[in-house]
Amino acid sequence: MSSTPICDASRPAMDRRFRLQWEAAQNAHVLLYPEGMVKLNSSAGEILKRCDGQATIADITADLEQAFATTGLSKDVIAFIAMAVDKHWVTVQS
Amino acid sequence: MSAIPGPPLWLLLELTYRCPLHCVFCYNPTDFARTRQELETDDWLRVLREARALGAVQLGLSGGEPLARDDLEIIVAEGHRLGFYVNLITSGVGLSETRIAALKAAGLDHIQLSFQDSSRQMNDFLSSTRTFDLKSKVAALIKKYDYPMVLNVVLHRLNIDHVEEILNMADKLGAEYVELANTQYYGWAFQNRAQLMPSRAQVERAEAVTNRFRERGGRPMKIYFVVPDYFERRPKPCMNGLGSVFLTVTPDGTALPCHAARMLPGFEFPTVREKSVGQIWLESDAFTHWRGDAWMKEPCRSCPEKARDFGGCRCQAYLLTGDAANADPVCDLSPHHHLVTEAVALADGPDVSSVEKPLVFRSQANSEALFP
Repeated sequence: MSSTPICDASRPAMDRRFRLQWEAAQNAHVLLYPEGMVKLNSSAGEILKRCDGQATIADITADLEQAFATTGLSKDVIAFIAMAVDKHWVTVQS
Repeated sequence: MSAIPGPPLWLLLELTYRCPLHCVFCYNPTDFARTRQELETDDWLRVLREARALGAVQLGLSGGEPLARDDLEIIVAEGHRLGFYVNLITSGVGLSETRIAALKAAGLDHIQLSFQDSSRQMNDFLSSTRTFDLKSKVAALIKKYDYPMVLNVVLHRLNIDHVEEILNMADKLGAEYVELANTQYYGWAFQNRAQLMPSRAQVERAEAVTNRFRERGGRPMKIYFVVPDYFERRPKPCMNGLGSVFLTVTPDGTALPCHAARMLPGFEFPTVREKSVGQIWLESDAFTHWRGDAWMKEPCRSCPEKARDFGGCRCQAYLLTGDAANADPVCDLSPHHHLVTEAVALADGPDVSSVEKPLVFRSQANSEALFP
């Protein structure tokens, strides 16, 4: 689907057709779009809420590793962003 | 039932039954002319607040034609402020540039625009109006105001052979999503079923054309082809089970577990004039009755698929068999399945053009004539 290569320097941003929102009633982040909704698991929510078009994937990964006191998330974050690009949830700029 | 139900994630407000169109396939009740006074602005705003507090998040504003209400912008603004994703479901009639600008400012997220056909003649005939050119202008406004555009076209015998032209039109208009929604036979559509039911060959051709279009490449456009359930052997999981995720409020404030449920006998449907949305969702019989499977009859009750399709559509079961607790007769395990196959066979038959019954257009006068 997407021909843009995704790497540490990519800057993902939410696609304008999707709205990310925390829903207390569902205890989850959700993606809202015309007449539909995707309920996200917690790691998907944590990654997407950092996709502001400014932060690079390297920045996002470092932030997550710090927030959750862990390391080695880079591969997972890149794989998730690639999937999210395929689904048109996010767009990336290098 | 015992478990606490989840939130009514989908709230649909049918703000008015007033509509400039007279579509023959409208799902609105044929007795809509009996509707008493519409809710006041403040009632709608209270419904929004109460539903949002329960966890409702998708808001549909429909009708009738919701633009017929001059407080639509106020309702949209409150929905947006509360955190709803706000969808406007419209014929486009009344959507001037002034109003779309005001709706954008109020926080409207999305506009679903209906077309009745790709051709002016058929669009205008099916809606009994001259609206095709107006709708094309509204489509351009939707793009200008940077909305994702969802085009909705209800398919039936008289327009299903135009699917390719409809998709080309949608592509030209710049639609992001196209819903090819085969007619569901409730309300006015049920009244006109014999004339609207396509033949099996028509449905198969339309689906093949749609699949070919999906593979054409080019500008991304997501196409939903909603299969007509009369042609299936298993029923749709209607509303994910009544009382599960969906709550609709009709123009006079009646709360229903689906658009068409007011037809179901034996219920005193609650009104938001007297009860809060929370009381309605959690306590009223019209909603709690359908949770779980205690209401089910055979063959549903012992069916291994009951958790997947919930026995299908309660309204269809009632309309066709006279008992809302029966299996949806779309299911070929239903003892009433022949009612569906007979309707389809009629559409496949050589003499369907000899059905002399005229189409009944959705109008105040026809509603009053049907229910004097």
